[in-house]
Amino acid sequence: MRPVREIESAVVSEAVRTLAMEAGYDLEPDILDSLLQARDRETSPLARNVLELFLINADIASREKVPVCQDTGVAVVFVELGQDVHVIGDFRGAVQRGIQAGYEDGYLRKSVCDPITRVNTGTNTPAVIHIELVPGRQIKISMLPKGCGSENMSGLIMLPPSAGLAGMKDFVVRQVVNAGPNPCPPLVVGVGMGGTFEKAALLAKKSLIRPLGEAHPRPDVAALEKEILAAINELGQGVQGFGGVNTALAVHIEPYPAHIASLPVAVNIQCHAHRHKEITL
Amino acid sequence: MSFLRSKPAFMEDLKNVELPFAEGVAESLQAGDLISLSGTLYTGRDQTHRRLMALLDKGEALPVDLAGQLLYYVGPSPARPGRVIGAAGPTTSGRMDLYTPRLLELGLKGTMGKGSRALPVREAMLKKQAIYLAAFGGAGAYLSKCIVAAELVAFADAGPEALFKFTVKGFPAVVINDVHGRDYYELVKSGKHTSR
Repeated sequence: MRPVREIESAVVSEAVRTLAMEAGYDLEPDILDSLLQARDRETSPLARNVLELFLINADIASREKVPVCQDTGVAVVFVELGQDVHVIGDFRGAVQRGIQAGYEDGYLRKSVCDPITRVNTGTNTPAVIHIELVPGRQIKISMLPKGCGSENMSGLIMLPPSAGLAGMKDFVVRQVVNAGPNPCPPLVVGVGMGGTFEKAALLAKKSLIRPLGEAHPRPDVAALEKEILAAINELGQGVQGFGGVNTALAVHIEPYPAHIASLPVAVNIQCHAHRHKEITL
Repeated sequence: MSFLRSKPAFMEDLKNVELPFAEGVAESLQAGDLISLSGTLYTGRDQTHRRLMALLDKGEALPVDLAGQLLYYVGPSPARPGRVIGAAGPTTSGRMDLYTPRLLELGLKGTMGKGSRALPVREAMLKKQAIYLAAFGGAGAYLSKCIVAAELVAFADAGPEALFKFTVKGFPAVVINDVHGRDYYELVKSGKHTSR
């Protein structure tokens, strides 16, 4: 029998603490490259200048350890937990403690409040944690601090299958049109398609942690992503609603088989301050 | 990223605007103008607005006189020791739409955030000759450096949502709604904006 690998929960806490801080200050190379490419193809002089401002902003954030954006988000944590790993202690508690410590020690904004009283919890917890059991002896933790200027512009529709791909494309593009300048374009548009009501929403969120510029492995899905991105960028809303060709940087679609009677489509909007960070323990 | 300048070229060429607004200054700005703000402003977002409304409902005085002032919709991240403030970019203005006309009635001259304002707010701005500015959303680290002083004024228990007084210097913004009823986002959409 293969021995189970043991990991102390304190190790998990410390990894999450570091991940939270780094995600707050450092944009990953995928989003930096994407912003740079957007600047170079931009036709609107104002939008081009603003894209340059975002690159300068990222540089300041990284060098001075100040958040890229003051909205350091709800901490969304995706965990792929190897089934041959035994975490000693309370795993979820360890993740929450890591988030609390990272936000406190890193001078990140605590933005989480009770939905009824609207009183701030003061710790940025609870984080939203999604745990998936996978084969193996490792734990992969992905941190996505999700700002809510963009999150609020997200939406979900239960389409009839007769609406088809045309209905799906129309819903995604309309969601971006209705969002206008509010969610801090240029955007990353995450789409969950199929599954059930909650599965579609989760897929839309999870699609955001796929590196930008990486097409979906299914060629038909990759083609759809390209087509919808082009349709969005033809809208001319542009960077911050100031016009130009960069309303979105990427469209990520994650499909999942659906019921024969159903076509759920969820659109999760992400801003250009697209922070995500991964670690494997 | 050594290829980057310390600021984009257009920042060198902005129209300077002193805060709070002196007579006729807000009126002189046009939708689409790129401006650089210097002087003092107040901040507030969801909780501050709710509390200001509660005070007005009770007929009590507000903690600050808003006449002639610019109100910036921001919830900054905490300042590291030795720094004035953390990241401090704009939040979505639409969430304040419900409250804004009432504050404009008190003489508030301008608001600043990101994203579109609802029609009733635009009508109230036209009536009161007030303006709306967009700061650059998602540039909180850069904008942090344009804030040279920050003073907590009221609602400390609201944390990042408290009311602060900021002293700003060279803080960049775009005029979205001017006193003539024009809306820069709509001008862009209709293709009527002047190319920059």
